[in-house]
Amino acid sequence: MKTGAALVAALLLALNLGALVAVALRAEHSAGWGGADWAALRFTLWQAALSALFSVALAIPVARALARRRFGGRRALIVLMGAPFILPVLVAVVGLLALLGRNGILNDLLGLVGLPRLQIYGLHGVVLAHVFLNLPLSVRLLLQGWARIPSEHLRLQAALGFGGLARFRLIEAPMLARILPGTLGVVFLICLTSFAVALTLGGGPRATTLELAIYQAFRFDFDLGRAALLAAVQAGVGLAALLLLARLALPEAGAVGMDRPAPAPPGGLARALDATAIGLAALFLLAPLTLVILRGLPYVAGLPPVIWWATGRSLLVAGASVLLLALFAGLLTAAALRRTWPEILGASALLASPLVIGTGLFLMVNPWIDPQRLALPVTALVNAAMALPFVLRALIPAARRAEADFARLSASLGLSPLAHWRLVLWPRLRRPAGFALGLGAALSLGDLGVIVLFAQTGSETLPMEMHRLLGAYRSGDSSGAAVLLLGLSLGAFVALERLIGGRDAEA
Amino acid sequence: MLRLEKTDITLGSFRLQADLSIADGARVAVMGPSGAGKSTLIGAVAGFVPLRSGQVLWDETRIDTLAPAKRPLSILFQDNNLLPHLSVFDNVALGVDPNLRLKPDQRAAVMQALAETGLDGLEARKPGQLSGGQISRAGLARVLLRARPVILLDEPFAALGPALKRQMLDLVARIADETGATVLMITHDPGDARRLCDEILLVADGVAHPPAPTEALLADPPPALKAYLG
Repeated sequence: MKTGAALVAALLLALNLGALVAVALRAEHSAGWGGADWAALRFTLWQAALSALFSVALAIPVARALARRRFGGRRALIVLMGAPFILPVLVAVVGLLALLGRNGILNDLLGLVGLPRLQIYGLHGVVLAHVFLNLPLSVRLLLQGWARIPSEHLRLQAALGFGGLARFRLIEAPMLARILPGTLGVVFLICLTSFAVALTLGGGPRATTLELAIYQAFRFDFDLGRAALLAAVQAGVGLAALLLLARLALPEAGAVGMDRPAPAPPGGLARALDATAIGLAALFLLAPLTLVILRGLPYVAGLPPVIWWATGRSLLVAGASVLLLALFAGLLTAAALRRTWPEILGASALLASPLVIGTGLFLMVNPWIDPQRLALPVTALVNAAMALPFVLRALIPAARRAEADFARLSASLGLSPLAHWRLVLWPRLRRPAGFALGLGAALSLGDLGVIVLFAQTGSETLPMEMHRLLGAYRSGDSSGAAVLLLGLSLGAFVALERLIGGRDAEA
Repeated sequence: MLRLEKTDITLGSFRLQADLSIADGARVAVMGPSGAGKSTLIGAVAGFVPLRSGQVLWDETRIDTLAPAKRPLSILFQDNNLLPHLSVFDNVALGVDPNLRLKPDQRAAVMQALAETGLDGLEARKPGQLSGGQISRAGLARVLLRARPVILLDEPFAALGPALKRQMLDLVARIADETGATVLMITHDPGDARRLCDEILLVADGVAHPPAPTEALLADPPPALKAYLG
């Protein structure tokens, strides 16, 4: 077990640090840092800052409304807020194009009433897609902040007759001041490594992220030195953001206080504003997805064979990725019961982007093997490494809690290591493991990252084919492929969560 | 006889020494101020806290080198005595076979222990479906089933109401009578000590003192106990 964890550690270090070193060595031979590279750096930071700001600012009224109102479908709406975690980025893009693209419904409506059409490509399109993907995450993080306001404080404010302003100033604002920086930081970090959104809605000298610039240097110019230099800068920016984020508080899950019912929220205008916030958020999230399904469903059966072959490859890559993920996570979680290095190591994948790792791996294997032959195995491996921080975050606290609660009981009853695993640990871990591995499968299925660096004809995955269809303006087929990808991602997530997590794992 | 011979327990800056004996079948309340080391003492006897020096003996055989499960004792913790995902039956059955592969006579023994602790009919329930008293009874059913000569109680009834706690103490007394077990019970309540225990072992100022008769000690407490009881 110890050897296994050490081997996984070595592999992850080789992936994360080795790739960085390979990139850095190559960067020395670069022609230099040019004006376009400065523009890419500026755009990367600017779009990430705007995306974080809009996502979190819009999430505040929605989270507040969801926290204090009870209505039919509230639970389903909160679950829906979790869906973008497993929603392939390209599906979101196809949905937004169906709404706001050249032939989008909203643009058709604007045309009907004689107003100018909206333009989705460029900075605002990139930010819009990021807000679509990160508003739900921000709402869920902020909801946890509201959940941690003790109901006794809310009773106290009702008993003392606080007005809306006093309630916000004395109770909600201190909570927000504590958790907003962390929430902003998380969204900023996610948007910093944006690739698929920038690839589809950005591009051109005015809307290129560092990730996209790496891809362009690599794929179009085959300028490995410049790709390496960009990758080194991307890694540096990611590290700086990660260090900054480590200093910021994130909301903790779970309620505090005596869990007594909170007093009834105010009615009248406050109720109407809450309803508006919830309604608009639901519309913003549901409309593009509904459009994707309505538009794409009729095209699924008639999709060309190349799409089905790509689907098969995507399933193969996701399956291999989940197996690797389970192996890595199992060994590192076992090691993390007594030590802290496994979670630090697992989190290190947050530091490097898939494109950076991909570039590094390409440089490392290039002298020995044709990298294009390794496209699918490398994609499975990198996908597993990229999902590892999320999986470890779910598994390690659960495993440590189970150990803290029951290790002594287990020792006093003389449970063998196998019985301890079967009777004590696994029942406590299977639910988070099912969730995390389901998430890993969905992320891998929807990934459009490292594969674009390595793939050649014959090794395309479904997201790659979708991207090609989008580039060829085949909106019907791309919507059909989006429905297929959405169905596969959701199906894989639900199947693994049910199969591994079980129905009453923690009854 | 349970004997702690010149034992020294050191955890960081905390130090606890004990040199004492507890007679077979004795029922001893472990009392003392918070943070004095009562749980540390019980933990050392159970095998969860290592000794810096000295030894723990049972019937003149050294047991401090044994793994917790190999020691001649059963322990009930303050909480988490039951695995929440297992049924009451399985939780109790862990006391006879940690792999839960039971023979018919072992199943019958589990059912009997459940019946004796007033849990018949509840064997299929999960701990989350039990009351606080029933959870305590399930823990005690396992202690009864294991039939080890020493029972360690690390405040398992602290969260129960007075009437329920009295019931549990009486159940412990009955189990101790039936099995002839020696009982060490941590408590903060002199009433609990009077109800169950013949002796009190005072832990204070870094020392676990040899047990003294309950009534005599409570009637004329030493300064440390007096300060603690108020």
